[in-house]
Amino acid sequence: MNLDDLEDLARNYAEEKSGGVEREVRVCMAASCQSSGSEPVLDALREQCKTSGGDRCQVKGVGCMGLCSAGPLVAIAAPNEGLTAATIYRDVTADDAADIMASVDAAPVERLMCPSDQPFFARQQKIVLENAGIVDPNSFKGYVAIGGYSAMVRALTEMTPAEVIAEVTTSGLRGRGGGGYPTGLKWSTVAKMPAGQKYVICNADEGDPGAFMDRAILESDPHRVLEGMAMAAYAIGANKGYVYVRAEYPLAVERLKTAIRKAKRAGFLGNHIAETQFNFDIEIRLGAGAFVCGEETALMASVEGGRGQPRPRPPYPAQSGLWGCPTLINNVETFANIAPIIREGGDWFASIGTERSKGTKVFALAGTIENTGLIEVPMGTTLRDIIEVIGGGIPGGKKFKAVQTGGPSGGCVPAEHLDIAVDYDSLKTLGTMMGSGGMIIMDETSNMVDVARFFMEFCMDESCGKCVPCRTGTQQMHDILDRIAKAKATHADLALLEELCEVVQATSLCGLGQTAPNPVMSTLRYFRSEYEEKLAGA
Amino acid sequence: MQQRQRPELPSNDKRWKLVNATMRRTGYAEHALIEALHSVQDAFGYLDEDAMTFVAGSLDLPLSKVYGVATFYHLFMLKPQGRHACVVCTGTACYIKGAGALIEGIEQRFGVQPGETTEDKALSVMTARCVGACGLAPAVVMDGNVIGKQATDKLIDRIEQEIAE
Repeated sequence: MNLDDLEDLARNYAEEKSGGVEREVRVCMAASCQSSGSEPVLDALREQCKTSGGDRCQVKGVGCMGLCSAGPLVAIAAPNEGLTAATIYRDVTADDAADIMASVDAAPVERLMCPSDQPFFARQQKIVLENAGIVDPNSFKGYVAIGGYSAMVRALTEMTPAEVIAEVTTSGLRGRGGGGYPTGLKWSTVAKMPAGQKYVICNADEGDPGAFMDRAILESDPHRVLEGMAMAAYAIGANKGYVYVRAEYPLAVERLKTAIRKAKRAGFLGNHIAETQFNFDIEIRLGAGAFVCGEETALMASVEGGRGQPRPRPPYPAQSGLWGCPTLINNVETFANIAPIIREGGDWFASIGTERSKGTKVFALAGTIENTGLIEVPMGTTLRDIIEVIGGGIPGGKKFKAVQTGGPSGGCVPAEHLDIAVDYDSLKTLGTMMGSGGMIIMDETSNMVDVARFFMEFCMDESCGKCVPCRTGTQQMHDILDRIAKAKATHADLALLEELCEVVQATSLCGLGQTAPNPVMSTLRYFRSEYEEKLAGA
Repeated sequence: MQQRQRPELPSNDKRWKLVNATMRRTGYAEHALIEALHSVQDAFGYLDEDAMTFVAGSLDLPLSKVYGVATFYHLFMLKPQGRHACVVCTGTACYIKGAGALIEGIEQRFGVQPGETTEDKALSVMTARCVGACGLAPAVVMDGNVIGKQATDKLIDRIEQEIAE
C-alpha cells in the first residue's frame, strides 16, 4: 500500500461514514462527560435523529472536548470541522434532545449555549488533541477518513528509519511524561543498539493525582497513539510493543483494546503492516494501582509480571530494558505528537513553542478554577493566560493563591510568578517542574502546610520500600509535617525537615524519592510564613 | 520435553474457568501474572490463598512471588469485599475540593473507614489515588460508576439508595 492507496481508502471511508450529511451532532463520550450522564443524551439524540433528523444530520459519540466542568457537552458542526467553528451546548440532558435536533439547521438553543468563541476554546492550539472531540474513538474508519495512519504509511514506504528519527530530532520534541528528555535522542540511542529483539513501551500509567491528559488522549484518539508507537518501532527496529495502562482507567483500556483489534484486522498492526516488510504487534498490560510504576524501570518490572520496584540506572532502558533488551519508553502524549511531526515536518513543529521547548503541551486544569478540563496551548504561554484567560479565573470572587504543577514531584507557583512563560526550563527555575501536565489551582482558603502534607502522605504511601531514604525519609517528613499542621512542632523540627529534604533528594534510588521533597521545598520557598506561624512558641 | 502438570481447578465454581481461560490466552506465561490476578479479582472480588496457590501452580511460580505481587499493588484485595463498593477519590483536585469531608461523612453514617467493610457486608469503603475525573472533583466511584461533584449528603443518599436496592 502506498500513500495514494491510503488516500483512496480515506475518501471511501469519509463518504461511508458521513453518509453525505452536512451537519453532525457530536456527543462527548469521554469518562468525565459519561459520568455526568452523556450516554442517555447520546441515546436520546440518536432516537430523535431517527424520527426528525432524517438525512440532514447524524449523531456520533466522540472523545473529550475539553470543558469537563460543563459536561455533558454536545457540539453541532460540519463533518470533521473543528470545535471553534461548532455550536456547543453544555450541561445537556436527554430532555434537550428534541430542541437540539431542531436547532441543527435553525437558530441555536439559547439556554444551552456554551460560546465556542470564548477564550477557553479560541485560545487553544491543538496538535495532540486535534482529533479529540471530533472523531469517534471507536471507529478505525473515522480515523483513516481524516488522514489517520497517513504519517505511518509515509514513514514505512517513503522514509528510512534514520530519516524518521532525523525528523523527530529536528522537531525538538521532548518527553511529555515529565522528564523532558529529547525524544529524537532517545530514539537514536535505541536505534544504535545492535539489531535483535527490541521493545517499544507506551507509558500510560498516569499516576500524578490531578492529571488526566493521557486518559483523555486514549479515550478520544487511541489510534493516534498506536500510529506513533508503530513509527517509533520502525525507527528503532522493534517488532513488539506494550501499552502499560492504569487499571483505574477502564474506558481508556476498552477503547485501546478496540483500536488495537481494528488496526490489526485492517493490516495496520501485526505482520507486513501496510503490505511492507515491517512487523509490529502491540499488547496491553494493566497496572494495578502503584504510582511508582510510572518510573520506567519499575514499569518494566511490572510488565514482566513482578513487583513494580525500580532499579538503579544505568543501564538505561535504551541499553538494557524489558527482559534485558533495548527498550524505548515514551509517554502517551509523546507518541501522540509523532504523526503530526511526520506529516507536517520537524521544522513546522519546531516553529511552535519556545527556544528549548517545542510544540504544544496538554494541561489538565483542576482545583478551584472556573473552567476545569483539558487544554492544549503552545509552550511559552504564560501561567496567567492559562489560569485567568483560558481557565476563567477563580470562582466565587476568591483570590488566587498558587498553582501546583508536576504532581507529587512538583511544586507550587505563587501569584507573583504568574507571568512566567511555561516551559520545561522556566518551571524548573521556579522550583517546580512541568511534570505530565496536571495543574491544580488553589485559592486563598488552601493552607500550604496541608498541601505539602497531602503530597508527602501520597509519597509515603506510594514508596515501594526498596531504598531506605525514600522508605523512612518520607515517613519522617510526613510525621514532622503532621506535627507542624497540628501546631505541635518546634523550630528544630522545621530545621530537621529541611535537612531531610536534602538527604532524601540526594540519596533516593528513583525519581519518586528524589522528587518527593519538592512540594515541601517549594511551599517553604514561597509560603514559609505559613509554616512558621504554626510552630510552637512562634 | 515432558509437559508440566498444571493444577486442577480448586472447585467446581465456574468462575475458575474464566481465570484459567485468561492464563491460557497468555500461554501460561509468568509475566502475565498481574493479568491472572486481575482475572481472579474480577471473578471473585478478592484474592484468597486458594486462588493464589492455583495461580502460582498454573504459572509455575513460587507462591511467595504471587503473594509478593498481590500485596504490592493497591488494587488487589486479600479480603472479601462488601456487596457495594464506594471508592472516594483522594487525588489532589478532589482533596482541594473536599474529599476529606466525604470520607468523614461516610464514617459517621456507616461507621467504616477507608479499607474497611461494614459488618453486614453491605458496603466497602476505599480510597483511590486519582481516578482522573478531576474536572468533576470531588469524585467517587460507586460500584464502578464514576459520580462527580459530590457533597456529603448527596453521596450518603446515593449509597443508601444503592444498598437498599
